[in-house]
Amino acid sequence: MNYMNQTNGQPAFGHAADVSSLMEKRRRSGLVWHIVFVFSIALAVLFLILLVFSIIDSVFGYAVLVNDVEPGALVAGKDSVSSFNRAELENVARTRLSAGILRRVEYDKPIAERSDKDMVSLIEEYVVKPKVLKTWGFWGSLTERKSIETYIAENEGSYATFRSWLTPAFIMADQSADPLRAGIRTALLGSLWIILITFVFAFPIGVGAAIYLQEYAVDNRLNRMLQLNIFNLSAVPSIIYGLLGLAVFVRFMEPVTSGSLFMGTVDNTANGRTILSGGMTLGLLVLPIIIINTQEALKAVPDTLRMSAYGVGATKWQTIWYQVLPVSVDRILTGTILALSRALGETAPLVVIGASTFISVDPSGIFSKFTTLPIQIYQWSARPQGAYRNIAAAAIVSLLILLLLMNSAAIYTRDKITKKKRLEA
Amino acid sequence: MNSLSLAQVLQPGMEQSESQVKKTVLKLEHVNIHYGSFQAVKDASFDIYEKHVTAFIGPSGCGKSTVLRSINRMNDMIRGSWIDGKILFNGHDLYDEQVDPVLIRRRIGMVFQKPNPFPKSIYENIAWGARINGFKGDYDELVEQSLRQAALWEEVKDKLKQNALRLSGGQQQRLCIARTIAVQPEVILMDEPASALDPIATGRIEELILELKNNYTIVIVTHNMGQASRVSDHTAFFMVDDKRTGYLQEYAETEQLFLNPQHRKTEEYISGKFG
Repeated sequence: MNYMNQTNGQPAFGHAADVSSLMEKRRRSGLVWHIVFVFSIALAVLFLILLVFSIIDSVFGYAVLVNDVEPGALVAGKDSVSSFNRAELENVARTRLSAGILRRVEYDKPIAERSDKDMVSLIEEYVVKPKVLKTWGFWGSLTERKSIETYIAENEGSYATFRSWLTPAFIMADQSADPLRAGIRTALLGSLWIILITFVFAFPIGVGAAIYLQEYAVDNRLNRMLQLNIFNLSAVPSIIYGLLGLAVFVRFMEPVTSGSLFMGTVDNTANGRTILSGGMTLGLLVLPIIIINTQEALKAVPDTLRMSAYGVGATKWQTIWYQVLPVSVDRILTGTILALSRALGETAPLVVIGASTFISVDPSGIFSKFTTLPIQIYQWSARPQGAYRNIAAAAIVSLLILLLLMNSAAIYTRDKITKKKRLEA
Repeated sequence: MNSLSLAQVLQPGMEQSESQVKKTVLKLEHVNIHYGSFQAVKDASFDIYEKHVTAFIGPSGCGKSTVLRSINRMNDMIRGSWIDGKILFNGHDLYDEQVDPVLIRRRIGMVFQKPNPFPKSIYENIAWGARINGFKGDYDELVEQSLRQAALWEEVKDKLKQNALRLSGGQQQRLCIARTIAVQPEVILMDEPASALDPIATGRIEELILELKNNYTIVIVTHNMGQASRVSDHTAFFMVDDKRTGYLQEYAETEQLFLNPQHRKTEEYISGKFG
């Protein structure tokens, strides 16, 4: 009768003592796992902090510089160029610049018409010529005051300045062999152009392919194979796409990608290694990701919505366009932005197709030569001089900020769409 | 023997007078429905009459929803489904090659088990179907008329711009009915329209069905025997054989079928012995 409560004369779930000891055991094993999970997240956070710190550490800190010519030697009693007055600036420029440089400067813009700020940077660049001897990170600047002082004492004429390597001037300046003057403008513009081409190329094709596969394709062997291969493609290493881009876009389609087909001979030496080739290569790279993300977005739309549209006599396309896409557009956009963020950080495929590593001419269109931020970072971090490490770190921070801006723009757009949907719909 | 002809034999006078006003809208002739190699329904033949309510009842898996969905070619959406036999709509075969299922679905509307309004405003829920079908008239008028017919106008007339998903389940289902009415169908198919609703909302839907049958032919699938007896004029009872294939066991006027079932299975089912 009481079979639920009794087993062989014992209570089915044990005596009170057994129950509490078992409870203790169950609680303990739960606690162990809880600790494991907390530990995992703590470890992840720790690594993230270390990463951020090591980047930030290189962006700020003391740099020990030495001048070719001391400002004091140019105008007695003044120890910085920026404290020169107008007459002194013009005088120094006319007497100290070499004849060739002076002619070029006058040709660009007569000295009399140049602003004080312009003159200061001119004199610093060509006369004072500060050179970086050694740099310290942020942490080192705080803890190694002694060794910095010793270093300055050992090197005659050297002086230390605490500086941020990431400045507006750094972002606005073009490439230079001098780490104090080098900037990322060219690379930043290159990255933006490439991302634009990638988006224009991959978004329509990717979303279109996903709509076909999810809404139209029948479940047959061919389509299952297509689907499987798209999954495989999304896992192919990016350098393979670089090789593909080199063969197809740079070599085979050279007349198109160099622009010579449209504009006759092109006066640059890009030979197909252009923004168009780079953008399309990255487009291929992110295409499978966009397709898969869009398919997931479409899958998340409940079938009942499609059915209700068909139920009032909608065609397939009307159902997709008016009902399915509006409710999935936010997810599609999020997926696309994630894919583009990946493209923004890619280096290998662009190096393979022959992106320029040292270029100081801004890209002017899709047929220009280009470099991108990750390539610039890669190139700077490979240099032996210490100051390049600092500007590489500054460029990394710029890249991260660009990524954050892109992602926030995407989230903002998505929320705006969702909000609009909620209000009117 | 077909139970309908049996009824005619039993009550010849009454049947004759009724048959004068009964016009067949939908005629199913030896309909077999398959999903791939699985046969879901075999050899269903019966008539559905104009401005009558026809109920489909039967145990789970007997194919009553499948038959319902085949009437407006909603089954086309299910991969691997195919049909043989004929479904005649006003004498025209719905599965003729020249027939466009999109047009069929406007003429034979559908209300689903779970209320599924579009995630748009109440107004847009009604207007959208008409707009995509090229309606040229006054949309405000259409929306009001459709909502009035679905007995929802008084409740929502001040919040037509509000999202339809904010309505209660019962209101949503009446909105779905209004949405179906808006494209001026002849037949409305309802797949267990009240099964996700509370008793009060269910009662309202039933009242509405009785109201709507003055203008529309209604086919309703229901699990609720009481509902079938309350709202329908004819009832089709489907059973399932040992190969899990559904078939039409008995078809008769509702009163006839509930009070005087001709088959033992029908009697057992309506008296709640299985199901």
